[in-house]
Amino acid sequence: MLIEIRKKPFNAYAEMQYYLDSLDITGKYGATANFVGSMRDFNDDKKVTHMTLEHYPGMTEKHLETIAKESIEKWKLLDVLILHRIGKINIGEDIVLVATWSAHRKDAFESCRAIMEQLKSGAPFWKKEETNSGAKWVEKNTPGY
Amino acid sequence: MQISVKYFASLREVIGEANTVIEIEEGTSVSSLWQTIMERKNIEFDNVMMAVNMEYVKSEHQLKTGDEVAFFPPVTGG
Repeated sequence: MLIEIRKKPFNAYAEMQYYLDSLDITGKYGATANFVGSMRDFNDDKKVTHMTLEHYPGMTEKHLETIAKESIEKWKLLDVLILHRIGKINIGEDIVLVATWSAHRKDAFESCRAIMEQLKSGAPFWKKEETNSGAKWVEKNTPGY
Repeated sequence: MQISVKYFASLREVIGEANTVIEIEEGTSVSSLWQTIMERKNIEFDNVMMAVNMEYVKSEHQLKTGDEVAFFPPVTGG
């Protein structure tokens, strides 16, 4: 299990491969599921130029760790990777990566979705969008279901 | 007793500070502390989220010496 908050941009797919290569689960996993959230150039019909992501150092990591541990137990996962950006984020950059590995697809699919939804509703991160008409805190998430 | 209080995101901007130390009576609930802060700062803030020692707590959670309390708006990560 790896959970990291990153200040610098990352390539989610490269990170997923890099992490998988560090594991010893070849032959054990038959399913990989992932979710990658990336930075759009619009929100609510407004053009967004960039965004700043804030977190609560300590609590954010702790909260994500709890979600990951509970998911490993609930879905019998072989491993979980969660990466999340903070700081200034430019258009096209990856914001979040959740990847899960399991023997069969049901557990990988369901856990990846559930981890992402729990992250969205509970992990202490806040987005501030910069638009042509000024900066604005994002007040709520779009529904995931 | 003294407790440490943190504010994040839009709430930090509304309050005008990120951290403070507040003197309260032992056993004060986290929601009662929040009411006191809103009155002192003369602010209204809906949907505040509350954490004590980096874990979410219910509004009736009672505070003790040395606690780190955090108030923040609904989270919007991912």
